Amino acid sequence: MSSEEHLKQTDTEARFEFKKEQKSAFQAEKGLNEETIRVISEDKDEPEWMLQRRLRALKHFQNMPMPTGWPEAPDLSEVDVDAIVPYIRPDVDVRGGVDDWRDLPDEIKDTFDKLGIPEAEKNALSGVGAQYESEIVYQNMQEQWQEKGVVFCDMDKAVQEHEEIVKEYFMTKCVPPSDNKFAALHGAIWSGGSFVYVPEDVTVNMPIQAYFRMNSEGMGQFEHTLIIAEKGSEVHYIEGCSAPKYSAFNLHSGGVEVFVKEDAHVQYSTVQNWSKNTYNLNTKRAIVEKNGRMEWISGSMGSKATMLYPASILKGRGASDNHITIAFAGKGQNIDTGAKVYHNAPETKSTIESKSISKDGGRTNYRGLVHIADGAYNSSTAVECDALMFDNESTSDTMPYMEINESRVDVAHEATVGKIGDEDIFYLQSRGLDDDDAKQMIVSGFIEPITEELPIEYAVELNRLVELEMEGSLG
Amino acid sequence: MATLEIKNLHAEVADEDGETILRGVDLEVNSGEIHALMGPNGSGKSTTAKIIAGHPAYRVTDGDIILHLDEDDLADIDEDLDEEDYRWSLLELEPNERAALGIFLGFQYPAEIEGVTMTNFLRQALNAKLGERQELFEDEDEDAEEEEAGYETSPMEGPVDDGEVGVAEFQQLLKEKMELLDMDEKFARRYLNAGFSGGEKKQNEVLQAAILEPSIAVLDEIDSGLDIDRLQDVSEGINALRDEQGTGILQITHYQRILDYVEPDHVHIMLDGRIVKSGDASLASQLEDKGYDWVREEVYETA
Repeated sequence: MSSEEHLKQTDTEARFEFKKEQKSAFQAEKGLNEETIRVISEDKDEPEWMLQRRLRALKHFQNMPMPTGWPEAPDLSEVDVDAIVPYIRPDVDVRGGVDDWRDLPDEIKDTFDKLGIPEAEKNALSGVGAQYESEIVYQNMQEQWQEKGVVFCDMDKAVQEHEEIVKEYFMTKCVPPSDNKFAALHGAIWSGGSFVYVPEDVTVNMPIQAYFRMNSEGMGQFEHTLIIAEKGSEVHYIEGCSAPKYSAFNLHSGGVEVFVKEDAHVQYSTVQNWSKNTYNLNTKRAIVEKNGRMEWISGSMGSKATMLYPASILKGRGASDNHITIAFAGKGQNIDTGAKVYHNAPETKSTIESKSISKDGGRTNYRGLVHIADGAYNSSTAVECDALMFDNESTSDTMPYMEINESRVDVAHEATVGKIGDEDIFYLQSRGLDDDDAKQMIVSGFIEPITEELPIEYAVELNRLVELEMEGSLG
Repeated sequence: MATLEIKNLHAEVADEDGETILRGVDLEVNSGEIHALMGPNGSGKSTTAKIIAGHPAYRVTDGDIILHLDEDDLADIDEDLDEEDYRWSLLELEPNERAALGIFLGFQYPAEIEGVTMTNFLRQALNAKLGERQELFEDEDEDAEEEEAGYETSPMEGPVDDGEVGVAEFQQLLKEKMELLDMDEKFARRYLNAGFSGGEKKQNEVLQAAILEPSIAVLDEIDSGLDIDRLQDVSEGINALRDEQGTGILQITHYQRILDYVEPDHVHIMLDGRIVKSGDASLASQLEDKGYDWVREEVYETA
């Protein structure tokens, strides 16, 4: 069965909504204090330096204010960190993930089967990591990449097995815990996630994927992803996420650090489909060296509230960045996404393209910053933000900040906000499409620039999520 | 043979003011005939076209639009057909249902849909039309069952989804029709009307008609914005619709020019929301010479 067929057969809300009875080997107490951190660190058998980093991050978290007062930003007043369970270790025998799906407990294997991950692995991926609750439970990569020195492993395992590299790069130069309150929280209680290391001049030609699943009510997931692409290397990393919906809120606060060395190329794609009770507050950042290229592709469909602004720091001459973001907000959702680019060297280049769709009273915001430093001459940036609204109840705001401190630069900005056009719908209907299909066609065309850059499997997945979002709301 | 019968059609704008536009239009178009509908700006020609296709911006206050079909028209339907399957009041149907029964509207200003390729759009439209067509003739009980059976395949997966006409078959069809209209193959990969010149859009409307094979095609100012070469291509396309598919054509135009290439069997002149004069092709030439004032005087003097 091709995964295309598989996706069709499993194409219902139930595909994401199913819940598994919670079985865990270890579960932290609700709330957050020094004792919790020590217990988590001990359960992971971490070196002392990591414990110290966690404790320092906790101090930052406790001392920093909530990010309030941003115009139109999601309301975070419900987010009480002391009400969540920060750490749940699923009941599996092998720490760091098994490398055969059959070695997983049935309920966990079944979860990922339903999500179509093993099928996708067979067809189109170089490697897969799968996280359930707080830990990676499955991790595998094709042998050819291992032989070339590529590392793709669980972040906890990397702390043990690649200690020197992790110690140098982990929340030190890219996303320090002092960056923002949720980065600090993440630094204190991070668990799981991926570590990717690509040696010089190695091109990993099929994407590697990590899938993050929260199953338990009221938990928080705080996976950390660290990607190091050495000189001249190339890799495409995809992450997907989902959770069933509960009445209590869940919190996801991931941290992503990407190091793009000279002439390297990293593509980081996300399709986020958290349940509508999840607060999704992430910090994602890349540092790009000379002639390196970073691409962020983000699809935000799920969550109650998302605040996500992937950042690229163009540090070396000739470094470039490309952002493509799509946000889809339905009833009760506030998807606040954007992009940040810091042009810190000459001849750096960035393009940002944002597409957002809102319906049934949902809100999308584009919030972005492009900073061009004094001395970053011959740099260029192009920002395009388009918003499509289904009805008069839905809203969308565009806040594209620019800080240009250098005169010899090329800056372009375009923004459009529009309601889905009645004449467009009528035109398609007059050709035989019904009202729903006409609207879906217009939306699929609107997001086409992002879907055409995604691997086919993923584009199909994204389209299906959009379709699920639209189901029942049309007509 | 299909017949589109417009009877005493009265209509107004569907807003609070409800400005009256049509004041009793009567018109009959049969398969294989070419009708030209002419008249000054604001006389109600485009409104008539849009109402035939089911545009939601207008409210019909009196009269009816009936589509009569015969066995040849319904040769592709597998169901047992009742008397009522041969006679449809279009006013009760959604625009896509009208399309499924064989009504086509060529737009004066076609919509531009970014991100949807011509190929994807046309194949989905064709398959949607064929699917809807079967549904319209199914017994209502069966219909209900089908709905419960569940999930309809989305049009969003692009070329890999199912449908009556497969990708390869469709591409062949598209290629043939495009050659007929002297259209560049590149069109197939472009987004629907996005960035098309005025002439390309009109050519595209005729291409769509050629693929959807309507019983009755209403073409709203298909000749505006065309240079002479494209006017000939488009005219050939329209003639082919009539000659090869037996489509009945209702062509709205301001100019004699296109009628030199697409010779009408009937010419109708519309004034103030009614058809006031009908005749053969010579009527259009008379108009060209004398203008609409001549008609106006004649109509209002005799009235």
